[in-house]
Amino acid sequence: MRVSFTVNGRRETVDDVWEGESLLYVLRERMGLPGSKNACEQGECGSCTVYLDGTPVCACLVAAGQAEGREVRTVEGLADGDRLDPVQEAFVECGAVQCGFCTPGLVVQAHDLIERVEQPSDAEIREALAGNLCRCTGYEKILDAVRLAAARKAADR
Amino acid sequence: MDFLRPTTWEEALAAKADQPEAMPIQGGTDVMVEINFDVHRPPALLDLGRVPELFTWEQVDGVYRVGAGVPYVRIIEELGEALPGLAQAARTVGSPQIRNRGTVGGNLGAASPAGDSHPPLLAAGAMIEVESRDRGVRMIPAHEFYVGVKKSALEPDELIRAFWTKPASGPQYFSKVGTRNAMVIAVCSFAIALHPEERRVGTGIGSAAPTPRRAPAAEEFLAAELDWDAPLDPAVVRRFEELAAQAASPIDDVRGTADYRRHAISVMARRTLTWAWNDYLRRRAA
Ligand SMILES: Cc1cc2nc3c(=O)[nH]c(=O)nc-3n(C[C@H](O)[C@H](O)[C@H](O)COP(=O)(O)OP(=O)(O)OC[C@H]3O[C@@H](n4cnc5c(N)ncnc54)[C@H](O)[C@@H]3O)c2cc1C
Ligand code: FES
Ligand code: FES
Repeated sequence: MRVSFTVNGRRETVDDVWEGESLLYVLRERMGLPGSKNACEQGECGSCTVYLDGTPVCACLVAAGQAEGREVRTVEGLADGDRLDPVQEAFVECGAVQCGFCTPGLVVQAHDLIERVEQPSDAEIREALAGNLCRCTGYEKILDAVRLAAARKAADR
Repeated sequence: MDFLRPTTWEEALAAKADQPEAMPIQGGTDVMVEINFDVHRPPALLDLGRVPELFTWEQVDGVYRVGAGVPYVRIIEELGEALPGLAQAARTVGSPQIRNRGTVGGNLGAASPAGDSHPPLLAAGAMIEVESRDRGVRMIPAHEFYVGVKKSALEPDELIRAFWTKPASGPQYFSKVGTRNAMVIAVCSFAIALHPEERRVGTGIGSAAPTPRRAPAAEEFLAAELDWDAPLDPAVVRRFEELAAQAASPIDDVRGTADYRRHAISVMARRTLTWAWNDYLRRRAA
C-alpha cells in the first residue's frame, strides 16, 4: 500500500509498504531516517521513540498505515540546521552518550518532558524516562543532561 | 493483508461485519508486538485510530461513558478524579510511551488475565458496551466479559465501543506486584472500591486466575460484617483477606508461584481495604 505523512516538516510518500509494517521500519528502511533505533520491536526499550502528532510513541508499535496523513518528528528533526537542540547539546556536554544506541529515543523523550514540565523534579525525570533502556551509562549522566537542559530552557523562558 | 481505515463508527462496524477475521488495532501496543514477532498474520488490520467517537468520553445521566480509544494518559489526566481506581491502574501501565498509545479498549480486547484495567473495572462494577452492525448494542457487565485466558465475550463481528462506570462514590485503590515500578506485567494485582451509599465493597483480582475476577465471597462478607460508622475491626480485615486469597486460583509461572500469588493477594486485600477505609473515615469526619 501507499503511505504518506509529514516527517520533520516534509511530506513523504512511499509505495509498496506491507500492511503489517511498523512506522519504525518505514522511517528507517524506506525514508532513509535511521536515527530512531530498532532494538526490541516490542515497546520495551524506547530507542525508537518519535513524536506522532506531537506525542512521544514507540514507532515500532505504530502500524505504518496508522501514520497516514499524520505528523511525525524524529530525532533528525530536533536540530535547527547545524545548531543542536539544547537537549542534544546537554547530552554531549554531560557525557550522557556512550555507545549512543539509546540516545535518539532518550533525547526525544527528554525533549517532550522539558516542553511539558518547566522544572521537572528528579522523580518526574525518572518517571518520564522509565521506558527508555540504556545498557552503558548507568543513567546518572543522562539524568544530569536532562537537568541541565531543563535548567537552560527555564533560564530562556 | 488488507488495511482497513474506517472514519466513522458505522463504517467500522460494517467493516467488522463484512470481514469478521479482521483484527482491530487501536493503540497497537499489543497488536504490533504480535505482528513484529509473527505470532499472528491476520488477513486484515482494522485501524480504529480514525474513528472519532472512540476518542471521546461523556457523562450520561451521571454515568461515565468512556470511548474504547481513550489512551491511558487521558484516563489519568482527565478522569483521575472521577475514576481513581482505574487511573491508578493506568499509571502503572508500561511506560509513558505505552500510556500515550495504549487504551482500555485494547486491554479489554486482549482480555489478558494480567491486564491492569480489569481489576478496577470489576471493583467499580463497570459495563462494557459492544456493538455489531447486524445485532446492535450489548451491555456486558465486566464480570461477565472475561470468559477464558485471553478470551472475552466479544463476538467476531462485534467491536468494543466504550465502558460505562459511575463516578467513584467512595475511595478506590489499585495495587500491583512486580519487579520494578515501570514496565511491569503484574505478578498479581488487586483493586477495591467502596460504595458507601450502598454499604458495599467491590473487588477485582488480576493475574491470579485464568481470567480477571471478583472475590464474591469476600464482598458478601464485608457487606454483612462491616460497621460503616467505626474503625476497621482487625478480625474483619483478617477474614476479608483470607476470602480474597481463596477467590484466586493462580498458577506457577515465570513471574511467580501460585503460593506467592495467593499470599500477595491477601496482603494487597488488607492494605487496599485499610487505605480505603482510612480515607472514608477521614472524608466523613471532614
Ligand atoms: C512495553 C509494554 C508494556 C506493557 N505494559 C502493560 C502493563 O503494565 N499493563 C497492562 O495491562 N498492559 C500492558 N501492556 C499491554 C498493552 O499496552 C495493553 O493491553 C493496552 O491496553 C492495549 O491497548 P491498545 O490500544 O494498544 O491495544 P491494541 O494493541 O490496539 O489492541 C489490543 C487487542 O484489542 C483488540 N481491540 C482493540 N480495540 C478494540 C475495539 N474497540 N473493539 C474490539 N477489539 C479491540 C485488538 O484487536 C487486539 O486484540 C504493555 C505492552 C507493552 C508493549
Ligand atoms: S524498538 Fe521500539 S521500543 Fe524497542
Ligand atoms: S549509551 Fe549505550 S545504550 Fe545507552
